[in-house]
Amino acid sequence: MDSASAPFDSALFPEGTKRCKLRWFILWLAVLHGPLMIGVLAAVMCWALALNVTYLNNNYPFGLWIAADLGVIALGAGAFFTGFLRYIVKIDELKNIVNYAVVIGVICYASAQGILGVDIGQPLRGWFIFWHANVHSMLTEVAFCITCYFMVLCIEYLPLILENRQINKLGFFHGMAHHLHEAMPTIAAIGVFLSFFHQGSLGGVPGVLYARPFAFREGFLVWPWTFFLFILSAIACGPCFTILITWITERFARKQLVKRNVFDILAKISGRLLALYLVLKTMDTIYWIALAGKAGAPFRSFYENQPYGYWVLVMELGILGVIPMIILLSKRARQHENILILACILNCCGIFMNRWIMTVQSLAVPVMSFDKFVSYHPNWVEFASTFMFVWVGVIVISISYRYLPIFPQEKELNPL
Amino acid sequence: MFPFAFEWAYDPVHFVFMGSLYTVLLCLVIILHYCGIRAFLDVICKKGGYEHDEHH
Repeated sequence: MDSASAPFDSALFPEGTKRCKLRWFILWLAVLHGPLMIGVLAAVMCWALALNVTYLNNNYPFGLWIAADLGVIALGAGAFFTGFLRYIVKIDELKNIVNYAVVIGVICYASAQGILGVDIGQPLRGWFIFWHANVHSMLTEVAFCITCYFMVLCIEYLPLILENRQINKLGFFHGMAHHLHEAMPTIAAIGVFLSFFHQGSLGGVPGVLYARPFAFREGFLVWPWTFFLFILSAIACGPCFTILITWITERFARKQLVKRNVFDILAKISGRLLALYLVLKTMDTIYWIALAGKAGAPFRSFYENQPYGYWVLVMELGILGVIPMIILLSKRARQHENILILACILNCCGIFMNRWIMTVQSLAVPVMSFDKFVSYHPNWVEFASTFMFVWVGVIVISISYRYLPIFPQEKELNPL
Repeated sequence: MFPFAFEWAYDPVHFVFMGSLYTVLLCLVIILHYCGIRAFLDVICKKGGYEHDEHH
């Protein structure tokens, strides 16, 4: 490309790559700021006018925000799990996608914390959980681990920023990026430790609710079985989300960024973990049906409140569980890109549905004879403030893709 | 929460819970400082051209 036709900011692009004109890029960012500003307005309304601008109430203290929170944290598991496979299990091919998994992880965890910032209503008191910590609470453990893991993700993201073509020319930043890469296995190991506990404890929170027979589970030591199911489901869907976002990025960039054997490795691992998860989840469901029945909460009572009929169970375990599992386990199905992406979409939707059931539905089912079931639909304020972080994520991805060397195979796959 | 906070109790749960938090934070601070100091020393000693720069 001659210098006259090169974009104004081309000196900042990764070596040997091509990007669109700066004016198109700025227009794209401006378009994204439209829905983003609606989200900002909704968040400001929540803080200024309190949570009664939402449809949350005493029957539904946990609503869209908490389900979305648990969902994005599970989807963000692709970062720690890909890091684990790359740096600890040493699957070398994953070096071609681990950078992008980190970027996606940063966005997911920043979104989770942002949503919580709106949800707690008074974010200025957010530090209370650290200073006045209830050391017997699983939610405190979740808060500690998520905060620390977000720091880990930022440290993993740092060398990518330092490897920007211009920043990397400065000796100190060049050396810093190099040494951070050398320390990455240790950082990844800390990330795995933290992720294991917060992914699990998010499942432990409903699992220890003794007065809620549809959520309560027995378990191992202090951890209910939901603790382990949440970890397993997160690592089964995280890699699929990484594949899905990479594929969407490729569609927007109109070029291939990662070789398909990398997708195949992640999809195969994801399929096996999903199969294991479904077996354990089915066993857990059968055991729970027997246990809840003995406790005076028959199976049918969980599914007799509309819109949460039996279809919920069929959808969660069947359509959003078994179907993607079959696709991901079949080598032939994985070779077809569209079918693979369909499996990834179903898998990611399944995790959201599971989190919704475990938080919103489980707590909504009446357990007392005088209780009545009340329906809940999030209003626009909840939707806008939740989706706000999707737009922030797209902006972060757009800027990162344009200026940072995220995809090591891009140059080879798209020679200038 | 530190041991001088009024809510602190000298029991194993507090030590494990808060101790884990501070251990992780300490590890991250040490890693960042280690990398920063080594990079600074490399600049001082004019060491460049790392053997394997294609990290991912």
